[in-house]
Amino acid sequence: MSAPSSGGASRDGYGRGLLRIAHDPRVVVLEADLGKSTKSCHFRDEYPDRTVSLGIAEQNMMLFAAGMASSGKIPIASTFAIFTERAFEQVRNGIARPGLPVHICGSHGGIHTGTDGSSAQSIEDLAIYRTIPKMTVIHPCDDISAEELTAQLLDLNGPSYMRTARNKVPRMYEDGSKLKIGSGSVLREGGDLAIISCGVMVGVAISAAETLSRESINCTVVDMHTIKPLDIELIAKLSDSCGAFVSAEDHSVIGGLGGALSEWLSTNTSTPLEMVGVRDNFGQSGASSELMELMGLNEAGICEAARRAISRK
Amino acid sequence: MGDGTEVDVSELEQMARRCRVDIVKMTHAAKSGHPGGSLSAIDCMVAIYGTCLRFDTSNPDWEDRDRFIMSKGHASPAMYSILHQMGVLDEDDIMGFRTLGSVCQGHVDMNWTKGVDFSAGSLGMGLSFGLGCALAAKMDSSDRRIWVMLGDGETQEGQIWEAAMAANYHNATNLRVIVDRNRIQNDDFMDVQMEIGDIGEKFRSFGWTVKEVDGHDMSSLVDVVDWANSEDGGPVAIVANTVKGNGVSFMENNPSFHGMAPDDEELRIALEELS
Repeated sequence: MSAPSSGGASRDGYGRGLLRIAHDPRVVVLEADLGKSTKSCHFRDEYPDRTVSLGIAEQNMMLFAAGMASSGKIPIASTFAIFTERAFEQVRNGIARPGLPVHICGSHGGIHTGTDGSSAQSIEDLAIYRTIPKMTVIHPCDDISAEELTAQLLDLNGPSYMRTARNKVPRMYEDGSKLKIGSGSVLREGGDLAIISCGVMVGVAISAAETLSRESINCTVVDMHTIKPLDIELIAKLSDSCGAFVSAEDHSVIGGLGGALSEWLSTNTSTPLEMVGVRDNFGQSGASSELMELMGLNEAGICEAARRAISRK
Repeated sequence: MGDGTEVDVSELEQMARRCRVDIVKMTHAAKSGHPGGSLSAIDCMVAIYGTCLRFDTSNPDWEDRDRFIMSKGHASPAMYSILHQMGVLDEDDIMGFRTLGSVCQGHVDMNWTKGVDFSAGSLGMGLSFGLGCALAAKMDSSDRRIWVMLGDGETQEGQIWEAAMAANYHNATNLRVIVDRNRIQNDDFMDVQMEIGDIGEKFRSFGWTVKEVDGHDMSSLVDVVDWANSEDGGPVAIVANTVKGNGVSFMENNPSFHGMAPDDEELRIALEELS
């Protein structure tokens, strides 16, 4: 049994989001022994007839989901982010290739997961799922946005991967806030630099922007909760208006949000980008706050990156 | 048959012979493909399609059709030959096998071919998919049945046994497996590569009901398919003892024809033998 999580943990929002879409009889929730941790357990309590336990067998769960989707169901399969990766080829070949509407949720993603140590800290999930054609890749920052984005999964025609986080973070949204899969949410506006962030780093980005404003560096902060498809329209606009970017993510700097931004910016603009993320190494056990400091996933890391990006304008 | 319908075994044997002709012709034309495992599987598939699979050739997407999950997706020529003989695919379709834009992709693909229920190609995945189809049918209170064809080499994949465990736990009474036990895999005979042992006993140990059959004796196949179709006590597996390359002398028990097409002379001999 995992530690209790209430308040701003995105996994809690996912659990509530499942209940919001339960009215659709096509929705089926699949578990691999981690329902209490991913928070699909709330759906199980309310709708046991539409919850299927598949044991500690993630590869079977992914193809089981594909079979259900081919039969008209909308399966939502969750486990830890790292364990979804065990079934990567199943997701690629069995779900995405035929374009089946299976929605995967990987909880406990990132270094922020903390004391469980490096085996549990997925720092590459966003990158690998982003490489699969037809996949939508989502990483909400708090419980309120996670709930809303989960509810919107019903609007997708193809497969998706959503990473949620284990621990509580400050809320960035209020109940009823408008946000939409595929559209970055501008949480703060400034004309000197844009910080494009996702997940638990969105709150850190807001704090960094406040610090930078005291140096007269005015930042836009975006919650880029949808990594794929990337909101190119917003990025292009911010490239013109701000002229410099910092990406901030609890994920490897290789292939995730920073990688996605870099691909687009380098081929379409000369706008500088600095990346804050995990520098191609594994984590270890420790408190979330200790690990984030150790890896430079903190306010100071974003501020330094912002100054570097501005100096490259 | 359990429903009282008379089955013309000799007609099924003739259909299987025509399918074998298709298999050697399309792999010859493509200069690639997997004739050996197609020829070993074809009698089983004809017995299933020809006697019990509820499938509307004029409406292959019919929602309440029975499903046939070709998990050993490299044996796609067998699948395409069945669909050809049933009138879902035409001669041009199957002779375009493996060419750019063809509806007959190298491995069976539900997005490319009408009548194909599963996108295969990576072994070990079809039983899980079939189980998902089976439990979805139960949730819908539909009586559609799900057939999954596995290769014996494929059962080396651990995912097969994850699915076997789950199928019994979830009482998938509408799920039937048929294993093409031809004893040859890509590189060599299974007892050289990694012998899996008594596959039927393994399924039994996971709670399945199992029968073995001669996978090239149409009369026995019809009987065992009929038995499997009427079983409702849990998931059912049939282990069909087959010969890789069956029906074409030089392909029989020849590991080389797992993934090699016949050349012009070999095609001529094969067609002569199948005439």
